[in-house]
Amino acid sequence: MARAISPQKKWTFTILAWIVALIIFFPILWTFLTAFKTEGDAILFPPAFLPPHWTLENFFEVQTRSNYFKHFFNSVVISVGSTLIGLVIAVPAAWSMAFAPTKRTKDILMWMLSTKMMPAVGVLVPIFLIFKNLGLLDTLGGLTGILMLINLPIMVWMLYTYFREIPIDILEASRMDGAVLWKEIVYILLPMAIPGIASTLLLNVILAWNEAFWTLNLSAANAAPLTAFIASYSSPEGLFWAKLSAASTLAIAPILILGWFSQKQLVRGMTFGAVK
Amino acid sequence: MGKIVLEGVEKHFGNVKVISNVSLTVEDGAFVVFVGPSGCGKSTLLRLIAGLEDVTSGKIYIDGVNVVDLPPAKRGLSMVFQSYALYPHMSVRGNIGFGLKMAGMPKEEIRTRVDAAAATLNLTPYLERKPRMLSGGQRQRVAIGRAIVREPKGFLFDEPLSNLDAALRVNMRIEIARLQKSLATTAIYVTHDQVEAMTMADKIVVLNAGSVEQVGSPLELYERPDNLFVAGFIGSPKMNLITGATAEPYGAATIGIRPEHLAVAGDGDGWAGTISVAEHLGSDTFLYVEVPGVGLLTARTQGEVAFHAGERVMLHPDPARLHRFDKSGLAIRN
Ligand SMILES: Nc1ncnc2c1ncn2[C@@H]1O[C@H](COP(=O)(O)OP(=O)(O)OP(=O)(O)O)[C@@H](O)[C@H]1O
Ligand SMILES: [Mg+2]
Repeated sequence: MARAISPQKKWTFTILAWIVALIIFFPILWTFLTAFKTEGDAILFPPAFLPPHWTLENFFEVQTRSNYFKHFFNSVVISVGSTLIGLVIAVPAAWSMAFAPTKRTKDILMWMLSTKMMPAVGVLVPIFLIFKNLGLLDTLGGLTGILMLINLPIMVWMLYTYFREIPIDILEASRMDGAVLWKEIVYILLPMAIPGIASTLLLNVILAWNEAFWTLNLSAANAAPLTAFIASYSSPEGLFWAKLSAASTLAIAPILILGWFSQKQLVRGMTFGAVK
Repeated sequence: MGKIVLEGVEKHFGNVKVISNVSLTVEDGAFVVFVGPSGCGKSTLLRLIAGLEDVTSGKIYIDGVNVVDLPPAKRGLSMVFQSYALYPHMSVRGNIGFGLKMAGMPKEEIRTRVDAAAATLNLTPYLERKPRMLSGGQRQRVAIGRAIVREPKGFLFDEPLSNLDAALRVNMRIEIARLQKSLATTAIYVTHDQVEAMTMADKIVVLNAGSVEQVGSPLELYERPDNLFVAGFIGSPKMNLITGATAEPYGAATIGIRPEHLAVAGDGDGWAGTISVAEHLGSDTFLYVEVPGVGLLTARTQGEVAFHAGERVMLHPDPARLHRFDKSGLAIRN
């Protein structure tokens, strides 16, 4: 709907939006700048906005002290792996909910979503024990599995809303053309749902990348992703602001870059297919 | 090959009965049209034959094999949808060839066959285009190409022309009828347009509320409707149906006379009435005549006639063309 907005109003809103954006962005900017300060400059009071002495030392030290690249690799394996495995399960699930619904489909969808409303800590002990008994603690396989499971409801929901936009006639036409179920999904449904699948993939990689509760609780040295790497800098020996900032910057940089390049897909993804 | 036989087919959606006890034989190579008012179950019956819906009870034989438990892919039929349902991400070539690809045909042969089908349907210049870059009529032809290229046992059409404008619809109607005759492939065609039904069909199946009212050739239905529903549904303009005192002398509860079987004259015997509207089409003239005690009757005369609104005329029914129906609406035959 087109509504006339006066130029003054437009300006006010623009400025407000910028203020809100800056408030949200400020901690990230501050972290980024602190990463280039010396430890001494980092705790100056009153604080210096720009680093008085620019330095890259923190980054080198972080790499030598706790091997950034190893954790980076773990993060990539866990987030990409959990997303891909999740997709293989979520696509058929969403297919059946979108194209062969029963009376209970809505209930199942709600139930799946409701699992996301439960505090994760509520199942920490049982999950921890299961992991322990199965020897999954601190393994990439275990972490990939748990992140896949916790993100599965979101993947199914997102795919379901995208699939519902696809006219069922087209799938039926492929059945008449002799396509069996997997061919119908691979040759017809997936190519038509590419935008939706791309946003689902991106959002879930990001969610898995940022996930800190399970990754911190179920990993130690071997399988720890970047979240654990950051956490290791807020240790009992005291806080090292500059190094913590450098570690954080390194941890969020990859996902920030990925997010930047896929803004369009993400916005679409996060509206859950509500807009076309 | 492609004889399709339905035996006592029923379909319920939940506890709503949509198709009740339909038995029907479609001979190999025949062009059969399902016609009936909106919501009577035409599409559902077609989808049951296609395998896109499962029957609740009854049997469907294709060439003697009961197919009710087979998926659509195994029934060997192809379908043209009302919405065309083209694959938007594939070129015209990909769309037409998809069924052959699914059947595992070698690439070279797919190419040859798709080229041949495209040539028949005048689609050759558009083979590399995506469906969204085609006009409605061209999309329709792609959908037909996709159906014929597989050389199926039968074609199923669900109101394929309803999205086209009137002129194109007539052209496509002729094109489909001609194509079906030349391929000699069984076809079942769903429409609610009785003109399409009359012009295309070898055999028409009139459906009403999920049941078959009558099966017959277009002329059989026109000349000998079994009941009031068929009498009123087939023919345009509609048959005049008259009840009460006027019907009694004929020994019927209702009599029916088609507009073209009412002779109109300035005097003589018959029913006297006043013309309320005269529609001059050039080739025909439709007169809507108010007859006291009978109601509004439609009369159709050939060519241009000198009758105008407000004039008094005499309507004389052709006794040989008069239809009689009993109280329950069934035709009385002597
Ligand atoms: N999936 C379904 N679930 C419940 N009822 C259905 C379903 N599909 C169709 N129906 C009902 O079955 C009846 C017949 O539908 P159908 O689509 O076969 O009608 P139709 O004769 O093709 O009508 P039209 O000319 O409008 O296309 C309708 O009353 C419809 O509401
Ligand atoms: Mg229909």
